[in-house]
Amino acid sequence: MEKYWRDKELRKDNFIKLLVVILAIVGIFSFYISPLAYSIRQGLDLQGGTHVVLEAVDTPEAKVNEDAMQRVVKIIEKRVNELGLTEPLIQREGERRIIVELPGIKDPDKAIQILGKTAMLEFQDEAGNTVMNGTDLKDAQAQIDQSNQNLVSLEFTAEGSEKFADLTSKNIGKKIAILLDKEVLTAPNVKEAITGGKAVITGSRTLEEAQNLAILLRSGSLPVKVNIIETRTVGPTLGQDSKDKSEFAFTIGIGAVILFMVLFYRLPGLVADISLMAYVIMLLFLLKMLDATLTLPGVAGIILSIGMAVDANVLIFEHFKEEYRFGKTLRMSMDAGFKRAFTTILDSHMTTILASGVLFLFGTGTVKGFAITLGLGTVLSLFTATTFTQYMLKLLFGANLFTHPTIYGASRPTKVVDNNAEN
Amino acid sequence: MQKIDIIGKRKWWYIISLVIIIPGIICMFTRGFNLGIDFTGGTIIDLKFDKPVSIMDVRDVLKTYKLDNSTIQLAGEDSSAAVSQSVMIRTVDLEENDRKAVMASLKDSLGNYNVLREEKVGSTMGSELMMQALWATLLSWLLIVLYISYRFEFRFGIAAVLALVHDILIVLSVFSLMQKQVDSSFVAALMTIVGYSVNDTIVIFDRIRENLKLHFRKGGNIDELANTSIYQTLTRSIYTVCTVLFTTLALYYFGGDTTKDFAFALLIGFTCGAYSSIFIASPLWVTFRGWAEAKRARQKAATAK
Repeated sequence: MEKYWRDKELRKDNFIKLLVVILAIVGIFSFYISPLAYSIRQGLDLQGGTHVVLEAVDTPEAKVNEDAMQRVVKIIEKRVNELGLTEPLIQREGERRIIVELPGIKDPDKAIQILGKTAMLEFQDEAGNTVMNGTDLKDAQAQIDQSNQNLVSLEFTAEGSEKFADLTSKNIGKKIAILLDKEVLTAPNVKEAITGGKAVITGSRTLEEAQNLAILLRSGSLPVKVNIIETRTVGPTLGQDSKDKSEFAFTIGIGAVILFMVLFYRLPGLVADISLMAYVIMLLFLLKMLDATLTLPGVAGIILSIGMAVDANVLIFEHFKEEYRFGKTLRMSMDAGFKRAFTTILDSHMTTILASGVLFLFGTGTVKGFAITLGLGTVLSLFTATTFTQYMLKLLFGANLFTHPTIYGASRPTKVVDNNAEN
Repeated sequence: MQKIDIIGKRKWWYIISLVIIIPGIICMFTRGFNLGIDFTGGTIIDLKFDKPVSIMDVRDVLKTYKLDNSTIQLAGEDSSAAVSQSVMIRTVDLEENDRKAVMASLKDSLGNYNVLREEKVGSTMGSELMMQALWATLLSWLLIVLYISYRFEFRFGIAAVLALVHDILIVLSVFSLMQKQVDSSFVAALMTIVGYSVNDTIVIFDRIRENLKLHFRKGGNIDELANTSIYQTLTRSIYTVCTVLFTTLALYYFGGDTTKDFAFALLIGFTCGAYSSIFIASPLWVTFRGWAEAKRARQKAATAK
């Protein structure tokens, strides 16, 4: 190895390898950075939309248990899908909570109303006995009839059809009632027995109301009572605004860091910049793979982890400069610098990884989002500093392209060092 | 360059920090924090009207719902103006239907608007969030102490954690003194600051550890050794804090309104983190080591008698 260094000739193989690595990283970075960044799911604080937290509560009739919660999640999922939104997110949190994120939603009020409804459908005879319920339904559709009335047409299951035929035949000339969550939707007089397995609910004031009712009936009723404990809506204007602004701020910030590294560390700084690009791309890629949601706290985690990635490089270069000042060759200084910086980087990164691990395990929501980006970012930073930066610097020194110490930002305190001093 | 004897003047650094922290703590107990609805529960409605409105206009509408003691703020380019298109209303935790009614009345009396933001948080959510974040944070500190004790020594661990407590206290003090709003993103900011502070401290401690091994086998002046270690890592300390401050400053100046307070907390925290690693953590370690040595000397003296 030492032989290469003494050699004053350009080592073509190393140089070409270096060039390929640099071009590949810069190419991938400039090509994929924005599609990749855009493909990561953004939190509602960044892109606008509605965030709803639901909590199941015990009632005398129904206690909350795991089975009930799983059914609640299924039904909520159905309802959200019925709303026809793109990329909704439904997550269990803890034992009794469900988080629903609805990006880019136009009518948040409607969604909020539909999500929290128990939607227990009941058919009662005149005496108030419940004889049928929502499970007897096969389908429900909103319609407008000839007289311009909004209604929901119901289709029963086979069993439901029998029950309904039975109910209507026994109550001819009397009133039956259809109730939703104990409120009477409609209470028609039965003129004759209905055997076709179909019925309609009238009384919706608007078509929208009829549609909402149909959605609720189609998705079924929640087995337990659910309260809406938190809603957050960021309008599209504000969402777009903070997205544009954070993007701009981020570009400026990263740009400043990149410039800073080159100004203070010259060629190694440039190498660090390129491994920083590799780092950012890998971090975004990982976040994308994990289907993580990028929120404001997540952005904080990224800022900090970028800081740490840069710090790792700074540590390596500072040690390198120091070793060079002690009188080692450039190449040996770089090797020794790496070795010494490694323990520091390891310890400082390990504490951060430990801390973010704890926050990830015990935190929820905000805390968790932060912990994910910080934890991943730190692991990756450790990885890129010890692989990419080191590999590229090895090639750079191995290529013998530049042999003057100032290009590496290094200097010795006494006299100006000429190239022959290396021998 | 004239080098300051950082370790020798350590009492001064402790005093400087206390000058901020003590009034801050007093303020935390007397005036408390300007807690956002994340902690108190409540409803926030952020609207942009087509035509400018005044606070009085909005309050009149809220009066019909007995919500006239709500917080109403005008936002926009000229914050001192009496009317503005952008209005932020913060009320108690409103039921869905009540909120809708209020918003319909606003539309009827003051004209059309765009909803910028709407938030409702139940009152129990906030305290839960705080407790959870608190426990997670305390546990992470414990792990940090354990790790540092394992890799370094116990005294380093305690000094590092005290330094980060110092940073958190300063940020809390500033937010209490300035009555800036504290919400869930503030919690995230605090955690970020902890991460930075520990990382920064460890780099200096690592240098002290290295120098102890290399030059301190036979004993020597511990103050001098700590000073040397701080100066050896000073360039790196400054460069690193600069890089994180670049990104945060950019977020503060160019980021949206939602990120402003968040970036502000980070700015103070990162600056404190860098300061405390140099002026608090290492001096504290020297102080602790001094105590241990004094104790050992006393014991020696006692056994000698």
